[in-house]
Amino acid sequence: MRTRLQTWSLLVGATAVLALPMTSWAQLTQADFQSRIGTESHIGSITGHAGDGKAGYRRYCVGCHGDNGDGAGENAPYMQPPMYQQPRDFQLGVFKCRSTPTGTLPTDQDLYDAITRGFDRSNMPQWNTLSKQERADLVAWVKHFSPRWVNEKPGTPITIPPEPEVTADRIKAGRDVFARVQCWKCHGVLGQANGPSASTLQDDLGRPIAAFNFTEGSRPKCGDTDRDIYRIFMTGLDGTPMPSFADNIKPDEAWDLVFYLRTLMKQHSKEKEMAKQLGLKPVDPNAPAGQQ
Amino acid sequence: MKNRYRYSALLSVVVLASCAALFLGQHVNAAGEGKITGTVKLDGAAPHMKGIDMSKDPYCVKANANNTPHLETVMAGANGGLENVVLYIADWSGPATASTAVPVFDQKNCTYTPHVLAMDVGQTFKVVTSDQTTHNIHPLPNPMTGNIPWNQSQPPGAAPVEKSWKAVEVIPVKCNIHPWMNGWYVVVKGPYATTDANGNYTINGVPPGNYTVTAWQETYGTQTAKVTVAAGGAGTADFTFKAK
Repeated sequence: MRTRLQTWSLLVGATAVLALPMTSWAQLTQADFQSRIGTESHIGSITGHAGDGKAGYRRYCVGCHGDNGDGAGENAPYMQPPMYQQPRDFQLGVFKCRSTPTGTLPTDQDLYDAITRGFDRSNMPQWNTLSKQERADLVAWVKHFSPRWVNEKPGTPITIPPEPEVTADRIKAGRDVFARVQCWKCHGVLGQANGPSASTLQDDLGRPIAAFNFTEGSRPKCGDTDRDIYRIFMTGLDGTPMPSFADNIKPDEAWDLVFYLRTLMKQHSKEKEMAKQLGLKPVDPNAPAGQQ
Repeated sequence: MKNRYRYSALLSVVVLASCAALFLGQHVNAAGEGKITGTVKLDGAAPHMKGIDMSKDPYCVKANANNTPHLETVMAGANGGLENVVLYIADWSGPATASTAVPVFDQKNCTYTPHVLAMDVGQTFKVVTSDQTTHNIHPLPNPMTGNIPWNQSQPPGAAPVEKSWKAVEVIPVKCNIHPWMNGWYVVVKGPYATTDANGNYTINGVPPGNYTVTAWQETYGTQTAKVTVAAGGAGTADFTFKAK
């Protein structure tokens, strides 16, 4: 068993030296799925049942996510990265939009929110037209594709302190955080997704992926409230190049950064107005550390 | 009264004797452990290791001003010895070694040091950064093995990240910000070793017995050899990978 695993790892490894394999890793069978048909989801007071989600999945989801939840549905070949990301492979159990730390499973609510919200700049629409029960059942069905929910529990959601009042000082402090942790390496100094590392970004399966462009007016994939933005950079988007900054940005600084990111976004905001009044300049990538 | 003294004296002797037996027993056990040593060589001319263009990040260029950064997929020494080959016992049936050593994976001059980090299942390892540029440390295990991918930023001065892996796997690790940064976590079960610059290795802490030793090299794959370790002795297994 172990030798086989090693051989397998090696095969992947050999191709992965410079480019990671594009194929799915999963090798699950119908029997695996059947053994998890009793999977449940809990969204507030609603309990979702995988078995009840099957019909909805076949009707709404299978075209992209595929019969086996591996993201290889019949529409998948027409979605070309980096413009359009490939459908999620549910068998891997790795998800972008989580309230939980990097490397952990999302909560049922996270999956429910993703289905409800959809993903801007992707083929995944909002499914808020489905009833809450239907969406909860779909969450359970999505979970039943991955063995991770048998072996692990979802991570503990990160703590987000109450949002403080926006001040000019906070926006300036947020700019310092943007410079210190070097968000601009991918997102660019103006948030135009044109930083020096933007052009070579790849997702975990080796497919090209674009950094978020703050200036085109689209919504961040994992939500566009201030709390959503806070959560995005503190948990990271697993499966993508976006890492978690939880160890390197303090909660108070994180709010500062949220306010600064608002100033980069095309959408009108209080923060944008304040930055204009301050005459805030973009960060200088060549400035020595701490001398912005 | 006298009897009671005699009783406690007897008890002391018994206790002392048991302690001694226990101590000696452990001693004998430690002496019984052998090791496996050998050399891993490359047969043929080492392939050219392409240089790395780090101009994406001026810090990285400056950090490598006095050397030429290059790929590290085949690191052959002057005598043909292969560096960064991981040796482990494929048919190990014992538990994971309860090593308290914490291997360190450093991001230094925009490369990984070491390029290949071997560790045991469950063993804690530490990711540190010596660089004044932001890295993201992004291992890419197969989630189906039970090892879960994660991705953490390490800006200049970041605290070390301490992690461990649940399952045996060869895990590629990369930095998305610096796409040339590629390394490996080789997670094994049981005693292991990594070859030095001359291709030499020693796997310590191997109890007497017959084993299959596996040598893993990131470009050339794996080879195996049968080895017998006598009590307190050393088994030898040399490997030769053919240059491609």
